[in-house]
Amino acid sequence: MRHFTTVALTGVLLSVALTGCGDNAPASDGGPPVMRRLTEDQYRQIIADVFGPDIVIGGRFDPIVRVDGLVSVGAGATAINSAAFERYDTIGRSVAAQVVDPVRRDMLVPCRPADPAKADDACARQFFAGVGRLLFRRTLTETELAGYAALADDAANRLGNFYVGISAALSAMLVRPEFLFITDTTEPDPDRPGEVRLTAKAKATRLSFLLWNTTPDDALLTAAEQGQLDNAKDLARHVDRMLASPRLEAGVRALFADMLAFESFETLQKDPVIYPALGLVAIEHSREQLLRTITDHLLVRGEGYPGLFTTRKTVMSGPLGLVYRVPVADPDAWIDFEFPAGDQRVGIQALIGFSALHSHPGRSSATLRGKAVREILMCQKVPDPPANVDFTLVSDSTNPIHKTARQRLDAHNTEPSCVGCHKLMDPIGLSLETLDGAGQLRTTENGVPIDVSGELDGVAYSDAIGLGAAIAQNAAVPACLVSRAVAYGLGRTPSTEERAWLAAVEQRFAKDGYGLKSLLRAIAVSPSFYAVTPPADAGTVASVVEDKHS
Amino acid sequence: MNKALSRRRALKGLVNGAAVTVALPFLDCFLNDHGTALASGAPLPLRFGTWFWGLGFNPGRGVAPETGPNLRFLEECQALVPYRDYINYFSAFNTPLDGKPTTVHYTGWVGCRTGSVPSAGGEIPAPTLDVLVADQIGGTSRFRSLDLSATGNPRDSYTARNTGSRNNAEVSPLAFYSRVFGPEFADPNAADFKPDPQVMVRQSVLSAVNEQSRDFVKLVGANDRQRLDEYFTSIRELERRLELQMQKPAPVEFCMVPPAPADGPIGDELETALANHKTMSDLLAMAVACNQTRVFNMLYSQALSHIHRTGEAFIHHTLTHEEPLDPALGYQAEVAWYNLRSFEAMAAFIAAFANIREGAGTLLDNTLIFANSDTNYAKLHALDGIPVMLIGKAGGKLKTGYHIAGNGDPISRIGLTAMQLMGLQVDTWGTQSMQTNKPITEILA
Repeated sequence: MRHFTTVALTGVLLSVALTGCGDNAPASDGGPPVMRRLTEDQYRQIIADVFGPDIVIGGRFDPIVRVDGLVSVGAGATAINSAAFERYDTIGRSVAAQVVDPVRRDMLVPCRPADPAKADDACARQFFAGVGRLLFRRTLTETELAGYAALADDAANRLGNFYVGISAALSAMLVRPEFLFITDTTEPDPDRPGEVRLTAKAKATRLSFLLWNTTPDDALLTAAEQGQLDNAKDLARHVDRMLASPRLEAGVRALFADMLAFESFETLQKDPVIYPALGLVAIEHSREQLLRTITDHLLVRGEGYPGLFTTRKTVMSGPLGLVYRVPVADPDAWIDFEFPAGDQRVGIQALIGFSALHSHPGRSSATLRGKAVREILMCQKVPDPPANVDFTLVSDSTNPIHKTARQRLDAHNTEPSCVGCHKLMDPIGLSLETLDGAGQLRTTENGVPIDVSGELDGVAYSDAIGLGAAIAQNAAVPACLVSRAVAYGLGRTPSTEERAWLAAVEQRFAKDGYGLKSLLRAIAVSPSFYAVTPPADAGTVASVVEDKHS
Repeated sequence: MNKALSRRRALKGLVNGAAVTVALPFLDCFLNDHGTALASGAPLPLRFGTWFWGLGFNPGRGVAPETGPNLRFLEECQALVPYRDYINYFSAFNTPLDGKPTTVHYTGWVGCRTGSVPSAGGEIPAPTLDVLVADQIGGTSRFRSLDLSATGNPRDSYTARNTGSRNNAEVSPLAFYSRVFGPEFADPNAADFKPDPQVMVRQSVLSAVNEQSRDFVKLVGANDRQRLDEYFTSIRELERRLELQMQKPAPVEFCMVPPAPADGPIGDELETALANHKTMSDLLAMAVACNQTRVFNMLYSQALSHIHRTGEAFIHHTLTHEEPLDPALGYQAEVAWYNLRSFEAMAAFIAAFANIREGAGTLLDNTLIFANSDTNYAKLHALDGIPVMLIGKAGGKLKTGYHIAGNGDPISRIGLTAMQLMGLQVDTWGTQSMQTNKPITEILA
């Protein structure tokens, strides 16, 4: 079984300039404060971090709409309606019940009640003071503490059980807006009269969710309370601490799960007759394979981001070996794997978690894959199809003349109403046609050799290996990651005024060899990441556009 | 019927020393002798729901062109023939765009259900009509609405208050059953009723959450306060539901708790979707009959219908665009096959309501179902003439068996008519060229 190891930060990073991005990056005034609903990932991570990973969270979370490429941005526009609240309530009660069950209570409740059949106000206060600080991402006020203790006491007395009382009050905490919403609270900026700044705890929260996708730990909260996060040197010290932590892996996984639209895995199914090897277990493994490939490349080996699109290195498991048709030495474990030189399966775009995710249940789709590369990896929105389009020219896959996807899609490149958009997508996807709808390698379709040559933004290539190189060298690709990472951390799309700052971050990213840790550090230590403008007035609700994946 | 039951006795009760009030009943013994109304003369409660299928039907193969009280179904809608006398069909009602771009497989259903055309994909410019109806009548039952999807994807749900507030769907029959008929279900016909003391604790919890949360409002800007308003409304909604759980529900003659369904597969493979659709339809109809909700939404296939058959490479949506017209038949044969399944599903949904007795008739007599698609001829993404049906007798408030041709009128006229039938005081609905104050009077009783 593999063990995760972290590449230790070297003195190089520690010696990096500790102000802004270190390269005189233009300061940004920031944007409006955001109140974003906890995503399912964040909820689960917080519960695991506060109460332990063995807490079972069953049932389904109410989905959050994806906006501008990220669920994290959609979270800033999504309300908690009745059905969503009902689910949070159900999940919260279940979590609370597990926290106090006989197996866990001695570990998770730091004190013992004088009589477990009765209320114990002092013990309740002790519990909620500790837990509340982590769940609410700040120290509870005396009024709040008294309130939760009183709630626990009342429930304990009604039901004759101290721990049931704790569970009831904890369930209240888990549906509070302080928990369910990540809120950019602001205060007057003493250095800029008339302007506002994030409160210390809001800064800590923004930082923690960027790097770890979870609530700030006690050290960060204490630093915030002591005003350390207003000091660039201390801020950088905490950023470096967090970048060196094993918790960074969870944060990076969450960032890419959001960016790569992993919610599609929840409903991904393949035709069992056409692709029998890609069942639900293999699909789950393909998701994990993609995330491990990313973290191994970017965190363990510390390699540059563009290399994700040319790498042959990945991991393999038994179920995946059957799909990829490769031998797996230990089918019950995850093992390091490398595709041989010359194999067309290079880059994460060739892994099942991408190629099969962006396909139909029973066949591949050059258009869907090309669209995914453009929109997900390059942040380039492909316009919607026109309304009155006639697909008569595109005949079916059993047509005796058009045997391959390239032949069938050729109509897209000749029909005037189609070519404008399809030329953005189809050439990319057609170069991935050696991967069928399950991501399995093939060289022919209907007996005809598959032509995988193509061109990406003026760069011609002859096969999928060349496509990977073309993606890797495309300037839009690292720029897209920068944009997404910043938006992910802010919980909103960067404004026009922030573009200069983003451009500086991109330049720094390139200068540092496209290292992910370097990128995250540049964002996290930048004053621009914490800048905030006064809240928008009522009646100026920003319009949002949901991403659609057909 | 137990006419000896006194209202005074029905209204008083005690639990653990705390006074408990009983909900003013819809009691079968309060029905009039004909079973058509309450003894007080008030009508039986109306229910409202929506049903959605993707990709319309092939031109000339859904409904015969003759209009008036001459509704006649053609081949693709053959499954609806037994229910003809419960259905009104609407054709030739259009969706004027007022210069806005069309988002295919989106603009159509949004315009139809909100009365407004979205400016971009993902935007919900106004509440869907079921939300407006639920705001009016949803407060008296345990659930404000119940929302379901047969596709396995909770995001396949076309009911929303606004862009940021979508009603996502239940997709698992077993999870739906557990939610409605599980431990928190109070059987209205159970002989004994004992309020759960845990519920009182939950009420205290929510009361505390609601009270203390007011301070949070001061921390956020005006934009976010609107979302917080909805959060508070959601708390009150759950409080209301808990209050109902503390009261003995009124008996309902034909409410029978169904057996729990199996924990089977979910997804948009055809047989799976059809099976789950039927199971959930039956559960939903019984939930309605048991007064668990008065508003509901079911989606059989999404606008981009990913329904597909095992062993076949193409999904329904792709076929509508890529299957050539059969030279002998003159239409897309595979698409037609999928359309037949869509209307078989619709028939199963109607049957679920028609097969539950209520009063002297059936649940369908006291229900109005708004069924629509996202497009007319899917091959061309045609927005004009999106097929819409009103199903059910709505308590006798409308005539049925009609084919109404809209002559290009805005499709919002149908939604306006439906809401007025449900008793909403709405004279005008929709925006810009979709704004209308003309209900379809031909079908009003």
